[in-house]
Amino acid sequence: MSTIYLDNNATTRTAPEVLDAMMPYLTEFYGNPSSMHTFGGQVHKKIEEAREQVAALINAEPEEIVFTSCGTESDNTALMSAVETLPAKKHLITTRVEHPAVLNLCHHLGRKGFRTTYLPVDMLGRLDPAALDKALDDDTAIVSIMFANNETGVIFPVEEIALRLHEQGVLFHTDAVQAAGKIPLDVKKTPLHMLTISGHKLHAPKGIGALFVRKGTRFHPYIIGGHQERSRRAGTENVASIIGLGKAAELARTNLEEEISYLGRLRDRLERGLLNSCPHARVNGDIASRLPNTANISFEYIEGEAILLRLNEFGICASSGSACTSGSLEPSHVLRAMGVPYTAVHGSIRFSLSRYNTDRDIDTVLEVMPGIVNELRELSPFGRSIPEGSGGQTKEYT
Amino acid sequence: MWDYTDKVKEAFLRPKNVGEIENADAVGEVGSIVCGDALKLYLRIDKATEKILDARFQTFGCASAIASSSALTELIRGKTLDEALAVTNQDIADFLGGLPAQKMHCSVMGREALEAAIANYRGAPIRKTDAERVVCKCFDVTEEKIRRVAMDNHLTTVDEVTNFTKAGGGCGECKPEIENILAAIWSAQPPLKPLKPKGMTNLQKIALIQEVIERDIRPLLQADNGDVEIVDIDGNRVVVALRGICSGCSMSEVTLKSIQDKLRELVSDDIVIQESR
Repeated sequence: MSTIYLDNNATTRTAPEVLDAMMPYLTEFYGNPSSMHTFGGQVHKKIEEAREQVAALINAEPEEIVFTSCGTESDNTALMSAVETLPAKKHLITTRVEHPAVLNLCHHLGRKGFRTTYLPVDMLGRLDPAALDKALDDDTAIVSIMFANNETGVIFPVEEIALRLHEQGVLFHTDAVQAAGKIPLDVKKTPLHMLTISGHKLHAPKGIGALFVRKGTRFHPYIIGGHQERSRRAGTENVASIIGLGKAAELARTNLEEEISYLGRLRDRLERGLLNSCPHARVNGDIASRLPNTANISFEYIEGEAILLRLNEFGICASSGSACTSGSLEPSHVLRAMGVPYTAVHGSIRFSLSRYNTDRDIDTVLEVMPGIVNELRELSPFGRSIPEGSGGQTKEYT
Repeated sequence: MWDYTDKVKEAFLRPKNVGEIENADAVGEVGSIVCGDALKLYLRIDKATEKILDARFQTFGCASAIASSSALTELIRGKTLDEALAVTNQDIADFLGGLPAQKMHCSVMGREALEAAIANYRGAPIRKTDAERVVCKCFDVTEEKIRRVAMDNHLTTVDEVTNFTKAGGGCGECKPEIENILAAIWSAQPPLKPLKPKGMTNLQKIALIQEVIERDIRPLLQADNGDVEIVDIDGNRVVVALRGICSGCSMSEVTLKSIQDKLRELVSDDIVIQESR
C-alpha cells in the first residue's frame, strides 16, 4: 500500500534536489565554516550562498538572515530579544491561535510577571487589526502575530498590521513558518522587524530554521557562546541543513506561482468533493484568505482520531485537531478560539498538501472518506439525532 | 500515533455488537459530545434469570472508546446482571491487551455505561445527581467519581486521575483539589496492591505469564548467569526448562518455587510450575 501524505503542515518530504545539494556537505566537505583554512572557508562560502537564497525568498538582505535550529528557536529568539532589549516594557501581544512556540513562551513570560494580551479571532479564524489598536500601550515590548495559521491556513493581515505598528514604532514579529514558500512574502513591502521560517515545512530537512532580523533592529541573542552568525546565534552551524534550506528556498521561490495554482486546484477539488459527498461536513477557517494547500474540515458528530485511524488503513496521512490525537484532553485551541461548535470541533481533519501530491491522491481520499464518515456515524449515538441541512461554510463555499 | 495493541486496533476497525436494540430492556448512556466521547449501551435481559442475552452499543469517540465499548459488550454477554457488575474498567482494558495510560478513561466510560444500564433496568437512581459536587468543570467530573475511580484503580497521582477520568485535563484549575481528594482517600487507607486480573481468557493468561517471566523473572536469573525458558503452557500448568547455571543447580527446586510464587502473585493463584525433563 502506498502512502498518500496529506500532512504537509506537520512536515514535508525533503526535496531530492535539496538532498543532492546537502550530500557533499555531509561527506566530502566537512570543514568547520569558522576555520581559517580553505577547507573550512569553502563551507563558509556555501553557507553565505544559502543565506542569499533564503533572503531572496522573502526579499530580504542576506545579512538580515540568522540561521537557527528550527521555527520554535526563531520564535523564542524574537520574543526574548524584545524582552532583553526593552527591559522597561512588560507587555506582550499575540493571538489566541498562535503556535505553541509563541503561545507557551507567552504563558511562561506571563508567569514571570509580564502582561500578555491574547487577541481573539472570529468564527472564521480572522483577526481584526482594530483589536490590536485597543491592546497596544506604551508598555508593549513586542507584538507577535503569525502570518498564516497552521491548522486552518487562514492568512492574517500582516502587512496592514506591520504598517500600523511601524507608524507607532512598536516591535513586530511574525511567525511565517506556514506561509514561507507557500505564498509571496516581501519584507521590503511589509515593515515588520522579525520573521520566522522553518526548513522542514518547505521541503528542507527537520532541525533547521531561520530568523529574519531587519537591519537596525535592536537584537539580543538567545543562544550565547561563540561568534557564529555575526554573534546573533552561537553554536557551530548545521552546515548541510543550512545548505538544504537555501536550496529549498530557491525551489520555493522559483516555482511559487505555479505551486500556488497547482495546490489551490487540488485543495479545492478535495474540499468540494468532501463537502458534496459527506453530509454535515464544514470548512473551518476563512475560505477567502487561506494558504493554497490547507483544508480544515469538520465531520460533525464523529471524532477526529477515529477518522484518522480509518484513513490510516488506506495509507492516507492527515492530522486532526481532536483532543484524542494529542495526549491532551482538550481539542484544538485554534478551533475553540474560533468558536467552532462542539458537534464539529472534535471531528476536525486537516488535509495539507504539497507539490508531491497528485490528482490520484485526491481521488483516493474522495473514494474512501464517505464510507469512513458513514461507518463512524452509524457507530455514533448522535447519528440518529443529526439535524437536517449542513452547517459551516458549505453553502457559501459552493 | 498511539501505541495501541493489536486487539484495540481490531476492536476499533471491526467492532462487535454495534447498534441499537429496539425496545431494549435497559439503556445506559454516559458522556457527551461536549466532552468528546459518549457511549450508549443497550441490553436485552432475560427477566427470569437476569442473564444478559444481548448487549449492543453506540459510541462517539476515539479508537479506544470504540474498542472499549466493543470489549464491554463481549465481556458481559451471557453474564447475569450481578456477574456483569463485577466487570471492572480494568477488565475492559485487560480484554484489549491494555490501553495507553492517557486512554484509561475510555474503559471507565464503559464501566459507567454498564452501571447506568443496570440501574436503568432495576429502576435505581443513576449515580450522579445534581447534589453531587462537580470538581472538574471542564469535563463535568464529580468528587464522587474521582473518589470511586481512584479507589477502584488504586490511583495515587493527579495525572493518573486525569488519565482515568479526564478530571484536571482541561484548564487544570481543579488539580490542587484532586490532590486533596487523593490525600484524603489514602491517608485514611493506604493504596492496595493492584489485584490480579480477573476473568482472563486462555490467551490473555498465556500472554501475562510470558510477560511476567520476561519482565520479572528472567532478568534476575540472567544476572546470576542462569535463565529459564517456557516450554509449554497448558491451562494452569506452566512447563519450564532451566538454563545456564540454573540447569542442574542444587537449588533448582527453590528457583522453580520462586517462579511459581511470582506467577501466583501476578497472574493467578492456581498456577503450577513443572520442570521439563
